[in-house]
Amino acid sequence: MAKIIVDGKEIDVPAEFTLLQACEEAGAEIPRFCYHERLSIAGNCRMCLVEVKGGPPKPVASCAMGVRDLRPGPNGEPPVVFTRSPMVKRAREGVMEFLLINHPLDCPICDQGGECDLQDQAMAYGVDTSRYAENKRAVEDKYIGPLVKTSMNRCIHCTRCIRFTTEVAGVPDLGAIGRGEDMEITTYLEHAMRSELQGNVIDLCPVGALTSKPYAFQARPWELTKTESIDVMDGLGSAIRVDARGREVMRILPRTNDAVNEEWISDKTRFIWDGLRRQRLDRPYLRENGKLRPASWNEAFAAIAMKVKAAKPERIGAIVGDLASVEDSFALKLLMEKLGSANIDGRGDGTALDPKGGRASYLFNATIAGIDDADAILIVGSNPRIEGSVLNARIRKRWRSGPVSIGLIGEAVDLTYPYEYLGAGPATLTDLVNGDHSFTKVLAEAKRPLIILGQGALTRADGAAVQALAAKLALAVGAVKDGWNGFSVLHTAASRVGSLELGLVPGEGGLDARAMAGADALDVLFLLGADEAEVAPGAFVVYQGTHGDNGAHRADVILPGAAYTEKSGTYVNTEGRVQLANRAAFPPGDAREDWAILRALSDVIGQRLPFDSLSQLRQTLYATYPEFADIDSVLVGDPAGLAAVAAAGGAVSEAAFVSAVNDFYLTNPIARASTVMAECSALALGVVRQAAE
Amino acid sequence: MLHDRDRIFTNLYGLQSPGLDAARMRGNWDGTKFLLEQGRDWIIDEMKKSGLRGRGGAGFPTGMKWSFMPKQSDGRPHYLVVNADESEPGTCKDREIMRHDPHLLVEGCLIASFAMGAHAAYIYIRGEYIAERDALQRAVDEAYEAKLIGKDNVHGYPFDLYVHHGAGAYICGEETALLESLEGKKGMPRLKPPFPANMGLYGCPTTVNNVESIAVAGTILRRGAAWFASFGRPNNVGTKLYGISGHVNTPCVVEDAMSIPFKELIEKHGGGIRGGWDNLLAIIPGGASCPVIPAEQCMDLIMDFDGTRAVKSSFGTAGVLVMDKSTDIVRAIARISYFFKHESCGQCTPCREGTGWMWRVLNRMAEGRAQKREIDALLDVTTRIEGHTICALGDAAAWPVQGLIRHFRPEIERRIDQYAANPHSEPVLQAAE
Repeated sequence: MAKIIVDGKEIDVPAEFTLLQACEEAGAEIPRFCYHERLSIAGNCRMCLVEVKGGPPKPVASCAMGVRDLRPGPNGEPPVVFTRSPMVKRAREGVMEFLLINHPLDCPICDQGGECDLQDQAMAYGVDTSRYAENKRAVEDKYIGPLVKTSMNRCIHCTRCIRFTTEVAGVPDLGAIGRGEDMEITTYLEHAMRSELQGNVIDLCPVGALTSKPYAFQARPWELTKTESIDVMDGLGSAIRVDARGREVMRILPRTNDAVNEEWISDKTRFIWDGLRRQRLDRPYLRENGKLRPASWNEAFAAIAMKVKAAKPERIGAIVGDLASVEDSFALKLLMEKLGSANIDGRGDGTALDPKGGRASYLFNATIAGIDDADAILIVGSNPRIEGSVLNARIRKRWRSGPVSIGLIGEAVDLTYPYEYLGAGPATLTDLVNGDHSFTKVLAEAKRPLIILGQGALTRADGAAVQALAAKLALAVGAVKDGWNGFSVLHTAASRVGSLELGLVPGEGGLDARAMAGADALDVLFLLGADEAEVAPGAFVVYQGTHGDNGAHRADVILPGAAYTEKSGTYVNTEGRVQLANRAAFPPGDAREDWAILRALSDVIGQRLPFDSLSQLRQTLYATYPEFADIDSVLVGDPAGLAAVAAAGGAVSEAAFVSAVNDFYLTNPIARASTVMAECSALALGVVRQAAE
Repeated sequence: MLHDRDRIFTNLYGLQSPGLDAARMRGNWDGTKFLLEQGRDWIIDEMKKSGLRGRGGAGFPTGMKWSFMPKQSDGRPHYLVVNADESEPGTCKDREIMRHDPHLLVEGCLIASFAMGAHAAYIYIRGEYIAERDALQRAVDEAYEAKLIGKDNVHGYPFDLYVHHGAGAYICGEETALLESLEGKKGMPRLKPPFPANMGLYGCPTTVNNVESIAVAGTILRRGAAWFASFGRPNNVGTKLYGISGHVNTPCVVEDAMSIPFKELIEKHGGGIRGGWDNLLAIIPGGASCPVIPAEQCMDLIMDFDGTRAVKSSFGTAGVLVMDKSTDIVRAIARISYFFKHESCGQCTPCREGTGWMWRVLNRMAEGRAQKREIDALLDVTTRIEGHTICALGDAAAWPVQGLIRHFRPEIERRIDQYAANPHSEPVLQAAE
């Protein structure tokens, strides 16, 4: 700890703090443009200048100067810093004036207006007039992809975007060419940025130079209702803020949650919102003579009730989709129990995970923040870059912060950090378990080895055997010990962990998802937002969901539900973090919240569910599953269960692991309805040729 | 005036061969092994005693700079980097060294590297210096061949010397930008601290020195610190290469003692001012970044660090730009302003935006197309650039403008009045009464 006096206030701060951090600690506000907590220090905007007593007679950039670099006074007094002295005020005014001389006065038509750092700081620290009478600089706008709109006249060259793409996103796409006042930010040949995290540069840009292209000219920040919520696009449950105007979600922004997403979100999370408006199911449909026709709720319920009452319990089944909340799944589970059916499965992708193996067998036990502590990482059957982009950035952050060995079994893809490619399939994993591979030693010698098991390894026919091998390896290399459990499953679906916690797996004699979709397996099949199953002809399919996607095409009755932004729901992320998503808007048309639909349906069927409101539902839920009541806590798995999983064994095939996600941009019904995602997907696949104008 | 026997750069004009044999005849590489045998501390101590101040412009004591390098390596290698990116307008002294006396530099590199425990040194040479790079490379090759340097050399100190060719950016003459460029990155100055002596090239302890500072080291050690310190005034000792350009009768690069009166320097070496001393308008004493000194202050000017400082200018690299009364001083400074605007790296806001601003305003002022209040505004802008940037380029851009306004404000005002009286490029015809 070091003592320092800021504006006459003496405080104790760690010596490695920068002056800026120390000043903030002392409660002094320091304006800044280029400095960002999670990026390297550039020190180039010069807005954070402060005065240091006894130093050279010029202001010091507080973001770049360490407290330990300050010299104490002649008699050992703590260094003295001023943040409001005349010198500092003058310096800030000067920098502000310089920043504004070439900044266009287009705030009225700028999308950043109202949430612009430059605007705010010009008000707080600038002067009211400019002495600059020359022409302003004009810079050509650049094409950097379908997501980020550029308005380069506004750029103040803080280089946050460059630092983000090179450091966090790990792609060399963005850079600056030219020098002096002719410096320009560009992707060099004006191609689209090739990162799943590129949208974050919009938040990082302190001015309106980089703004959201889909959101361009749509709304003003002060018109929007801001709702804090949770993302469901992948298994991470990133913290988001949903901004809505009236009934429409206008944009989605990240919130800071250091344990999960720090302050980044993937492009799918951010730009999904146009999918919430398109292809929506806004009224019930009924299939008559092979064609779907709009129907009333009563008609739809009556049709279902007729079929359900006619079917034997074992001929009724339900599959829970990837975006279902815990409450919805719970309501469906109760309904199926009341109907006396054991045919229920929350694993639409056919993953081998099972609650029988214990919680530790299906959680990301090391926790996402735990990646920062791992010193050897093995990735099995996963492409974290597209299965959990933000988590991949975390692994990259780990790699940047110090030596770490990373090995990969599966597809050899660009993960934005170097790794040792160990092999393609389970054979390599077997070698590792048997100690026939040099990487076993790396893992065994590591203090905190991390084994990331992806869905690509688990959704195969031999998934359980692969899981057993991975567990065996984890136990063998000491990845499971006191205070550290490195056996970590990376989920791709937001609902999966919640479903497993609820025990949404086939009961005694029940059928799993794959069997239920098979020919002549069932008479009535409920699909709760499950679009991945290819249901064979024959069964009467009730599809309850939000979008006219695969499930709706096959359905005999469609019940319009609410998307994740339109309901309050609990989600458990891949590490077992119980989080609550909130309602930002209302479902369109006749669509209702899913638990309410199930409750109404249960009445018609004659199996009334025991709750009339969401809070009653939650009371029932918490009575059986108290772990869901503790929002924001992380469920901890008992590592003892892993031994049984490892012992299960089984034969593995020779087939190579393939990632569970083949197109990052089109993984769920909402994304498939989004034109922005479609464009990104086409671009990523190279279908669209882009002109470098 | 300096005696011929006291000159360090005895082949400055290329009258003899720059090759190794000729260099040896001139005394280069003489007893180098003996010097190294005296040990690191002796060399640094001797350099300190000699009072040599860095010849690159800032004038930081060279011996002290060398002593900042860690005595013991912590596992990281040490590096010496020689700044041969001589890009300051008006400065061309290092060019002559590399052309005609390159072995002095090569020998100096070995001695300096030994003194700071570096086994590798890089010479970063300016992009435009093609012939100089060839000459220097030849000298390095000769030294390797003669086993004067290299892994296994006669001096018993493994040492490699690399000549790196820059791409021609002024900013790469700034020591940390130079290191960035040497590492293959964009030449943008780094934040300090950490200073290069702790974290320099590739994150290792590094010292960056000017060509002349390194090239004189061998001779200083051979002839003794006291000899070197006997020239010039205290705190400004030694001999120095002066570059005299502009409106003098015989522009040249010449070695002479420090603290030589300006008048003597011009009379002896420059052949006098074109059109006589009455025709002198102003000088820029040490390369474009130094503020101008008007004629009346030049008459008693002593050419050293303190002498130029006394008239609110700086010694810089001693590349004297002489301007006679035919010079359009406002346009001259506007052109210098353009240079800095063009060479600003664009990293810091004040320099990036301010250099362009100053240039544009000065351009108008050169014509007279301005308001008188803009003079004060311009002066204020220079003070907002100066001291607010990462490197000294902001300062360097501000000083010439400050010097202009300090000494030639009446000239600017005269032009503004003239333009206001008749703001047309051609006289307006009026009807005869």
